[in-house]
Amino acid sequence: MLTLSDLSVTFTQYDQGLHRKQITVISDLDLTVQAGELVAVVGASGSGKSLLAHALLGILPDNAQLSGTMTFQGEPLTQERCEALRGKAIALIPQSIGYLDPLMSVGRQVQRVGQLSGLSSGAARTLRNRTFARYDLPVYTPQRYPFQLSGGMARRVLVSTAVMTSAQLVIADEPTPGLHPDVVTETLNHLRELAQEGRGVMLITHDIEAALQVADRVAVFYAGTTVEIADAKDFATGNLRHPYTLALWRSLPQNDFVPVPGNQPSPENLPSGCLFCDRCPWVTAECKQARPELRLVHHGWVRCIHAEE
Amino acid sequence: MLKSEGLWFRYGSRLPWVVRDQTFTIMPGDIVGLVAPSGYGKTTLGKLLAGYLTPTQGHVTLDEQPLPSRGYCPVQLVFQNPELSVNPRWHIDHILQEGHPPQQHILDALGIHPGWLSRYPHELSGGELQRVAIARVLNRNTRYLIADEMTAMLDANTQALIWQVVLRFARERQIGIIAISHNASLLKRLCCRDDNTAEPQIMNLSSDGTELRERRLEPIRGRQYGQ
Repeated sequence: MLTLSDLSVTFTQYDQGLHRKQITVISDLDLTVQAGELVAVVGASGSGKSLLAHALLGILPDNAQLSGTMTFQGEPLTQERCEALRGKAIALIPQSIGYLDPLMSVGRQVQRVGQLSGLSSGAARTLRNRTFARYDLPVYTPQRYPFQLSGGMARRVLVSTAVMTSAQLVIADEPTPGLHPDVVTETLNHLRELAQEGRGVMLITHDIEAALQVADRVAVFYAGTTVEIADAKDFATGNLRHPYTLALWRSLPQNDFVPVPGNQPSPENLPSGCLFCDRCPWVTAECKQARPELRLVHHGWVRCIHAEE
Repeated sequence: MLKSEGLWFRYGSRLPWVVRDQTFTIMPGDIVGLVAPSGYGKTTLGKLLAGYLTPTQGHVTLDEQPLPSRGYCPVQLVFQNPELSVNPRWHIDHILQEGHPPQQHILDALGIHPGWLSRYPHELSGGELQRVAIARVLNRNTRYLIADEMTAMLDANTQALIWQVVLRFARERQIGIIAISHNASLLKRLCCRDDNTAEPQIMNLSSDGTELRERRLEPIRGRQYGQ
């Protein structure tokens, strides 16, 4: 349904005076999301996860340039098409309650989402009530203002905004940090239900543990590129391919809790070879020559020349 | 030792109790986890212990003395959101020098690059800024550290890096840590460090049934590490 290939995002900035510099924040990114599938996007902060969501919704700032191809339902996704589709065919579940209007009752806000996607106000109200009932929100919820909701209720209201539209692609940007484990599970199960209805869901998160409970596939980002796209079950079976994914997995508290030394390279001076080469335990001279291509190893995609067949 | 005796707290005289009759002791070198659903008063308890709030009843004592009312408090709190815990108009260098400047090897261990020192907080990412916020409290005047969801916003790798540095420092100087977190596996990892035979030391704030906002602390099942 959604296919991204060789996607790059470059920002043009003024450095000193009129001297301009280019900063490539996302480079050679490849990702697909099928209908009925939940794809988790995990990676360190600053690896371009949220920027990808912004690119899909066409809300990048003016100094950003996009290259590569994005296709959605078989047709290229241009800026005009992004603008026409966002909120209708592509919906975003925002990170926090702060994205709702604090001065409008949540019922009116959610109803408005339905009206903007073409329903009459009566039909939108009925659909809203049905959606709220489905997520076990109490009957008084529509009259409440955002600050009167608990964290878990707010989360369900935000999910409702995405369900109200008939969006085929739902992007959830970091929906779970700082929430109690029960609320996390509940939120993720709602996303899973959306996928089972035949929509495509992209879950952007850094909570690998939670993402694995619901995801079909996991895309691992590092310094603005996809280093590995693996089945969620590959994590449990230890069938991981890229050294960064392995390092990330090992650094979880329930595993070894050991960090990889070093920092993610800054977008201003990316290495010319593999982006992970300066922290990689498997590094050889060949790694520093050129960026590795994404290749298929054990039914998963990996961007590493040393991943075993 | 950090002692809380009959601690009660509410935000206003008509509002429900947020912290209710908490009595416990944390010894130097203890690592205690604190878990509870949102809104159960974990952060409020942390603020009371670090002297940010004054208890409505009861008191907090450090080695039988009340917490100092001015100057550097030996009980330090690290917040979840580093952007809100530093002055946005100060350079990183100024932020680090404010209390007791951290030693160079702490900065190196946390991966704080010398180039960051001349920047402003908004020029660092969340993970980078959280390291600065942590470097600020890792000095010899800190006796207890309250980590309120310290690494919840960070990725697994940065989380592991930060905790390894903090734990090493705490072990060297017998600093007591209260770790507030929703992440059960993180708390399990932190609170039974050397072997897995002993029970992890985790306090559970729980509601005692009748009224949702009234809660008590369950007894601490305890052990110490590094002895």
